[in-house]
Amino acid sequence: MFEPVLTRNIHRPNSEKIYTYLAHGGYEAVRLALKKSPEELIDMVKRSGLRGRGGAGFPAGKKWEYMPKDPRIPKIVAVNTDEGEPGTFKDRELVERDPHQVIEGVIIASYTVGARRAYVYIRGEFFLGVKRWIKAIADAYEHGFLGKNILGSGFDLEMSVHRGAGAYICGEETAMLESLEGKPGNPRLKPPYPAQVGLFGLPTLVHNIETLACIPHIILRGPEWFASIGTAESKGPKIFSVSGHVNKPGNYELPLGTTLREIIYEHAGGIRGGKKLKAVIPGGASTPVLTAEHLDVPMAFETLAAVGSQLGTGAIIVMDETTCMVEVARRLTKFFAHESCGRCVPCRLGSRRLYEILERIECGQGKPADLNLALELAQGIDGTTFCPMGSALVNPARSTIKQFREEYEYHLTYKRCLAGNTHSG
Amino acid sequence: MTNKMITLTIDGIQVTVPEGTNIVDAAKKAGIDIPVFCYHPKMKPVGMCRMCLVEVGRPVVDRNTGEFVRNEDGSLKIQFNPKLETGCTTLVSEGMVVINTSDKVKRGRKDILEFLLTSHPLDCPICDKGGECPLQNLTMAHGPGTSRFLFDEKKHLLKHYPLGELIYLDQERCIQCGRCIRFQEELVDDPVIGFSQRGRSLQIVTFSEPGFDSIFSGNTTDICPVGALTTADFRFGARPWELNAAASICQQCAVGCNLTLNVRREAAAGGKVVIKRVMPRQNEWVNEIWICDKGRFGYHYTEAPERLTQPLIRKEGELVPVSWEEALGFVAERFRQAGKGLLTLASGRLSNEDLFNLRKLSEGLGGKIALYTQMSGGEQVMQVGLAKESNLAELGQGDAILVIASDLHQEAPIWWLRVKQAAERGATLIVAHPRPTRLEKFAKHVLRYRYGDEAGLLLAMLNSLSAKRPALPERVSTLWRDDQVQAAAKAFAEAQNAVIFFGNEGVGLQASQALAQACLNLLLATNHAGRPNNGLIPVWQRPNDQGAWELGWRPLPNLDEAISQANAIYVVACDPAGDNPTLPLTPDFLVVQDLFLTATAKLAHVVLPALPFTEREGSLVNGERRVQRYYPAVPPRPSARADFTITGQLGKLLGIDLEDRLASKVMLRIAAEVPAFSGITYTALAYAPEQWPIIGREDLYYGGTTYENKQGIGVQLPNALQQGEQVTLTWPSLAQATEINGGLLAVPVTKLYDSGSTLVHSKLLDQRRVAAVLWIHPDEAAAHAVQEGDLVHLQFGEASAMATAILDKTVPQGVILLPRSAGIPLLEPCAAQLKVVERSYER
Ligand SMILES: Cc1cc2nc3c(=O)[nH]c(=O)nc-3n(C[C@H](O)[C@H](O)[C@H](O)COP(=O)(O)O)c2cc1C
Ligand code: SF4
Ligand code: SF4
Ligand code: SF4
Ligand code: FES
Repeated sequence: MFEPVLTRNIHRPNSEKIYTYLAHGGYEAVRLALKKSPEELIDMVKRSGLRGRGGAGFPAGKKWEYMPKDPRIPKIVAVNTDEGEPGTFKDRELVERDPHQVIEGVIIASYTVGARRAYVYIRGEFFLGVKRWIKAIADAYEHGFLGKNILGSGFDLEMSVHRGAGAYICGEETAMLESLEGKPGNPRLKPPYPAQVGLFGLPTLVHNIETLACIPHIILRGPEWFASIGTAESKGPKIFSVSGHVNKPGNYELPLGTTLREIIYEHAGGIRGGKKLKAVIPGGASTPVLTAEHLDVPMAFETLAAVGSQLGTGAIIVMDETTCMVEVARRLTKFFAHESCGRCVPCRLGSRRLYEILERIECGQGKPADLNLALELAQGIDGTTFCPMGSALVNPARSTIKQFREEYEYHLTYKRCLAGNTHSG
Repeated sequence: MTNKMITLTIDGIQVTVPEGTNIVDAAKKAGIDIPVFCYHPKMKPVGMCRMCLVEVGRPVVDRNTGEFVRNEDGSLKIQFNPKLETGCTTLVSEGMVVINTSDKVKRGRKDILEFLLTSHPLDCPICDKGGECPLQNLTMAHGPGTSRFLFDEKKHLLKHYPLGELIYLDQERCIQCGRCIRFQEELVDDPVIGFSQRGRSLQIVTFSEPGFDSIFSGNTTDICPVGALTTADFRFGARPWELNAAASICQQCAVGCNLTLNVRREAAAGGKVVIKRVMPRQNEWVNEIWICDKGRFGYHYTEAPERLTQPLIRKEGELVPVSWEEALGFVAERFRQAGKGLLTLASGRLSNEDLFNLRKLSEGLGGKIALYTQMSGGEQVMQVGLAKESNLAELGQGDAILVIASDLHQEAPIWWLRVKQAAERGATLIVAHPRPTRLEKFAKHVLRYRYGDEAGLLLAMLNSLSAKRPALPERVSTLWRDDQVQAAAKAFAEAQNAVIFFGNEGVGLQASQALAQACLNLLLATNHAGRPNNGLIPVWQRPNDQGAWELGWRPLPNLDEAISQANAIYVVACDPAGDNPTLPLTPDFLVVQDLFLTATAKLAHVVLPALPFTEREGSLVNGERRVQRYYPAVPPRPSARADFTITGQLGKLLGIDLEDRLASKVMLRIAAEVPAFSGITYTALAYAPEQWPIIGREDLYYGGTTYENKQGIGVQLPNALQQGEQVTLTWPSLAQATEINGGLLAVPVTKLYDSGSTLVHSKLLDQRRVAAVLWIHPDEAAAHAVQEGDLVHLQFGEASAMATAILDKTVPQGVILLPRSAGIPLLEPCAAQLKVVERSYER
């Protein structure tokens, strides 16, 4: 039985309180880390094999290493709690139930890269999360974990919270930096990458909070322990947010590499009403949909890529046999079209056109040419946009057409759902 | 800036460009077109529209040796990015291979265009941009013939949304390229428009009051790649392909921006050819591809119905129309009688040819000439003016610019822009002014002085640089010890190249002579004269003041006296009686030659109708001493004549040999007589070299609708130093501080949108025009019991005026500022007494 790491505290009463955290070994990792050199710490994170949990899976150690070493250059750590990806609700749990674990990770990361300022960016709708963040930061200050001369180490760190205003794109790291600066959330041109020119023009380390929550454990238990969990290229524990037609939706912390079957049937209690599983989105709305055939694929970066999908945020959306896949694509595409920042043409206008085609088909007004048109449209968007949103937004349509083409054809021919589902929303 | 050159291959063509160039520009230089919408060569790339996607390959580098890997045949091994890259945001690198014509690239472009068109109204038949529209042109070249999408899903939005009263937005046509927003932010520092909403709801909005509050707003309509932005002046005025183009020069300030006047024969105008719009014409040495809104919208006086159409002679107290023959004969006869008693008073509104003929006529009769101006210093400019072969665009890191006594933003907007850009390129900007101006934000050194101390300040700068310190008046004698003055002087002296702009805010005619001399001294002593990109630039109030100086015209120190001594006065292109109602203008014989029946004309015995610049040709010398020619755009009104023609015809009657038909021939005479003009011909002025960026009709998508310059960039005059003459430092005599006798010092200031007799005819500027106001510091106002909005009676000497008080903390103490050409007869700083006559209760 796997012992939870990141979620080990969340079921305790008052888990969000600093005294609870301290009572269970909290802030010990900071004490340890402050005695080590930044080089040592970077090396530990690299050896742990930790990859970003925000979606892209970039190796964390490498990112730390890219931060400029010159101590005269002020640096910043930006903490991504925007969590807008449909299906994902792990970060919310972490802030609401165990914010100190993340703060500890932030302190260690800041110390390592030489940042004296950390900004938390949090999704505007996370009302409780905002409160918990603010309280936790205040308590950390009070206990001397934040502020001047932390634990007598001579290291200073100021930390504050900034609320978003309800845009999915603000989770993309450069749009988040723009938003933090008080500007509209439009992604920035890369390069320069945030590690070179980030918030207010300063080198900035951006991390998802689940990534940061892993840090204290790597320090305390060692990188080798961390790397012993998971698969060849995906190390450590991961919180899987399981939603959809399962009996027990929720967050499950398991080693990377756990199969979809185990997560859905053993942990999430199987399919609701004993129905058959039809489709599963493995990593949040922007990752390509898989089918029952893929149930034995391990949930890891490399294994999901091999079957044409992505680990993304590890948010598993389960759909049973009653689900209309055209409707799934339609709804998700509607979301992306609504969330396009509008900066570039293929995403701003293409997403809208794609949505219109899907809606047409779903409503029984599709034309035979629509299927190919949708695919061609998707190809025109994928890879031509300013930011990764373009490649993300075509995934629902493209993958459902690929996996469930017959459902689309049924819609086109019979002007109704194969699954018998009625269209809504 | 590095000078490193990079060689790459684009579509098989080898191109060598400086490091830091992007792919789009590199291709353009090689004659290859990569289509763009959001990119503009004058602005930073943003990669928004995705139209410029190309395939990019880079040589593979061996990690161990750092060398390029080669194929068996010796060629570089190239690795292509599987994704297309935007040519506007990707910089060239050595050995790069760019493919602009592959199917993948073509498909990408087609997709982008198709996306754009799905949301575009395609109302080309009623669009102002139709015919010169980058979206139209690029769709023809790269787009799909038909759309695969439904049309009923198009957005329906506002089609006549006024961003302000000058610029309208068609929300349906906007393709959200952001060029307009970036122009306002990056180039002209007026971030008054921006995007609101997101995604497909993205819209341009204004957040200023009044809307789109920027004196450069018209330029956004040129660079907008669709017909989304239009000017209130031109929208729905004509189709671009019906327009003819005439090259011209803006006459509104001393910058001399190059223009194209678009004209059309029009039924609404009774079948006459009329001007439909004013567009910038590229001249990278003068205005690049921009003009200010005064230049764009201020031309309407040329077509005003109030213009004089016939010669008038006063008969029995009334001015009555007569034939040209009668008028000229009468004037010639009276001028002959006046002989030495003739005074010719003319302004820098006239062309070189006009001024030359006028001077020759007057000299031939033994009379006197006087330049009508409130600012002096043209001689110093002839000595150390901005040297031939200069271009402000070359000033940057290591160079310095000093601006003194001028609010460039209001007085010469394009110079403001170019100075700002030089500062952004790293030039050290020193702004010396008694009050804050818009330029200060970009300055490294801000020197604040009291009105009247401008020359003293410059002399103090000079004193701080040398051990020999000539005595200065007490007021300024210790200034050289001031840290800021020293630092600015040092920066100026150490600069590689340095330029001084001087104006006349707070400076009277005589004091401006001293100011110019002080500028000359500073330039000469720091070795910043006689070399390209160094020298003195006068911020004249009229477009050809410098030309007048070059051609021997000088202001008279005591104009009143000269006027009272003259038997006959020939007033050309100026309105002394309008400017100063107390002027004793009552000679035996007064001739006025002008466009309008001015206050002076109303006193005249004979009035001769002249032609505006749009109906004739001529040449001007701008503040940078560039001689530029303008061409006729519309046929002349039947019985008005060009100034040089009228004068020439008078000359004929008086037996004085003058050219009266061709301006180009007058120029030949000027060139033969005035050394600085030697070699200048109309052909030389029409020389039009290649310019970068490439702009113009064939290339609309790239730079906008600004006109390509095919009609000449003009010729800069060599200054005295460049002509091998000696120029020496002389110590100017500094004017005494003005006695103010318990009142306040009233200082006339120039505002771009004035109510002068020319600009009033541009009705669309009414809302932005400065009124008869006085600006006063709140403390000073309190001391004089003046409140915001009060109507105040002002007395200066014999003249008086009414003005509404505006309290403004930026006004120095002891001073009131009054706008020029707003109905307040104040030409020079002088003491004023204030009396509130009507209290404002609107509070
Ligand atoms: C459209 C888009 C939305 C994103 N939203 C989020 C988000 O809500 N939360 C998050 O942590 N990362 C999000 N990301 C990923 C971030 O850009 C970034 O990669 C991440 O914050 C880096 O942290 P990590 O290395 O710890 O994963 C998003 C990326 C894209 C392209
Ligand atoms: S792909 Fe373009 S429009 Fe879409 S979110 Fe990214 S930058 Fe904005
Ligand atoms: S108004 Fe014109 S320049 Fe401005 S964003 Fe729209 S299309 Fe571009
Ligand atoms: S800057 Fe001067 S010359 Fe240029 S357009 Fe404006 S008024 Fe005319
Ligand atoms: S993205 Fe390059 S021109 Fe718009």
